[in-house]
Amino acid sequence: MFLALRELVFARGRFALMGAVVALIAILMVLLSGLSVGLANDGVSGLQRMPVTSLAFQEDVSKDSAFSRSVVGENAVESWSKQDGVAEAEPFGNTLVNARTDKGLEIDLALFGVEVGSFLDPDVAEGSPIAGEGEVVVSGTAAEEGVKIGDTVVLQPSGTELKVVGVLADQHTFGHVDLGYIALKTWQEIRAGVRAGDAVPDRVYDEFTAVAVKAEDSAEVDLAAGDEAAGTTSLTREESYGGSPGYTAETSTLQLIQGFLYAISALVVGAFFTVLTIQRRQEIAVLRALGASTGYLLRDSLMQSIVLLVASAGIGIGIGLAAGAALATTSMPFALEAGPVIGATVLLLVLGLAGAAVAVVRLTRIDPLTALGGSR
Amino acid sequence: MTAVLSLSDVTLLHGDGDETVRALDSVSIEVAEGELVAVVGPSGSGKSSLLAVAGALTTPTSGQVRLGDVDLTTASPRELTRVRRQRIGFVFQSGNLVPALTSLDQVRLPLTFGKVADARDPRELLAEVGMEHKARRRPHELSGGERQRVGIARALVTRPEVLLVDEPTAALDRRRSQEVVGLLAREAHEHGVASIMVTHDHDVLHHCDRVLEMVDGRLGPVVAESV
Repeated sequence: MFLALRELVFARGRFALMGAVVALIAILMVLLSGLSVGLANDGVSGLQRMPVTSLAFQEDVSKDSAFSRSVVGENAVESWSKQDGVAEAEPFGNTLVNARTDKGLEIDLALFGVEVGSFLDPDVAEGSPIAGEGEVVVSGTAAEEGVKIGDTVVLQPSGTELKVVGVLADQHTFGHVDLGYIALKTWQEIRAGVRAGDAVPDRVYDEFTAVAVKAEDSAEVDLAAGDEAAGTTSLTREESYGGSPGYTAETSTLQLIQGFLYAISALVVGAFFTVLTIQRRQEIAVLRALGASTGYLLRDSLMQSIVLLVASAGIGIGIGLAAGAALATTSMPFALEAGPVIGATVLLLVLGLAGAAVAVVRLTRIDPLTALGGSR
Repeated sequence: MTAVLSLSDVTLLHGDGDETVRALDSVSIEVAEGELVAVVGPSGSGKSSLLAVAGALTTPTSGQVRLGDVDLTTASPRELTRVRRQRIGFVFQSGNLVPALTSLDQVRLPLTFGKVADARDPRELLAEVGMEHKARRRPHELSGGERQRVGIARALVTRPEVLLVDEPTAALDRRRSQEVVGLLAREAHEHGVASIMVTHDHDVLHHCDRVLEMVDGRLGPVVAESV
């Protein structure tokens, strides 16, 4: 480190430029990480917070539109209940609606229809859980937008009225829309487009979106066998995220950007240290002639890149976290989680160091003979 | 006096096939403790090759190079690095100092490469070459002669048995050339360092104990009119 530290100080302008690039990449990575977690939350937090292990949709339904197109019946629920390892199986309905509260607030809702009192019926943070038809429990984020307990939500254009009786803790959203949990029967009427007072055909009450399956603790449910018996197509909870509108497109775009960012950081750091090593050719030849071993030179240069990377990534992440904390308070879908940020940091450092290592290995090929003669 | 450094019948070939160049042709030389030997000769005559072989930077094609009890032609690369670190000092053209280091750090640098028994005190050494007043300056703030003085201090800090000097006056004016070579001769004599100096500069040869000439890879006594 004798030489490495003195060079960092001596060529501080040059190293500061490189450090600024790494710091900017680190800021961008923190922000992208927050954005992808935020977007994922906005897209599927409602599904993430459901106590299910898998969802059984209509047979051969396309995965992308499973939530909007799938229709299954009561017999599928019965079949799934009997499967080995299944603790509970309940009907589950999903539909997106436009609504307006009696206070004039316009709001979009993803309505999840569940049997009252079933394992899907969520615990509320405020108010009371749904007790029967015509009641709705909304996401904490809907409450933040101004929906209050006691409000009446009027669905457009059917005019169906839902009374807000409870608010869930935290964010429950699906496809960037706030969730409302309602009784399955109400959900079935809304889906069928039944208006108040209309006669309802019986089959309406036998149809819903999917069977929500909860496995017994530590049990592995054979989804293929269950699908075979019930005539359904199962998606695990994680697989079902892809059925949330826009989820796959958003996450894959962000992953692509992040992937490029990692590659860029490795290449930029590698290019910088390559140029630096080439520039130091004569100097390194002199050091070798004076008896510096290859190990000494490698250690010295690698320590230099570690100091540069850790310091600049640290500064960048600090700034990124500060900016992220500010963003998280806005309506932007942004959420910082320790896991992804730590993962991104480690990846940035490891790839940067790999880039530096490839460059620094060059100095093992510098011949100490270069030190002799009138090359300078 | 016994020879510290001895080359016997050393030949070094460069290139391969038809393009083979005989950089050193059956060169033999012995340098004793405290002796400063100058090697003159035209460009491309093999002077630098002589330093490369004597300094364990290149292994000759044939012949033997001995530094004290070590045969440099059969030693491992690791061993050669150790020999360079502990027993050989190099002074390069225009100093070849590390741009980032102050004069004092230049002199301390060789001591960071690994263990050196009985190293000299960098500060004292810097004072001895008359550079203590610029201990905190970096190479770009020094004149050519000053750089060369720091380079000499750097070469001597490990108390080497052998000092190899490559064109030390190439970038210096007359007066500074005299000063620098005078300093080299004094250090060689006082500290008993077996030294070889390669040079173009015939005005500094009176500082040296012996002058040899290199022509086309052959080392021999100086032909009269060239001195």
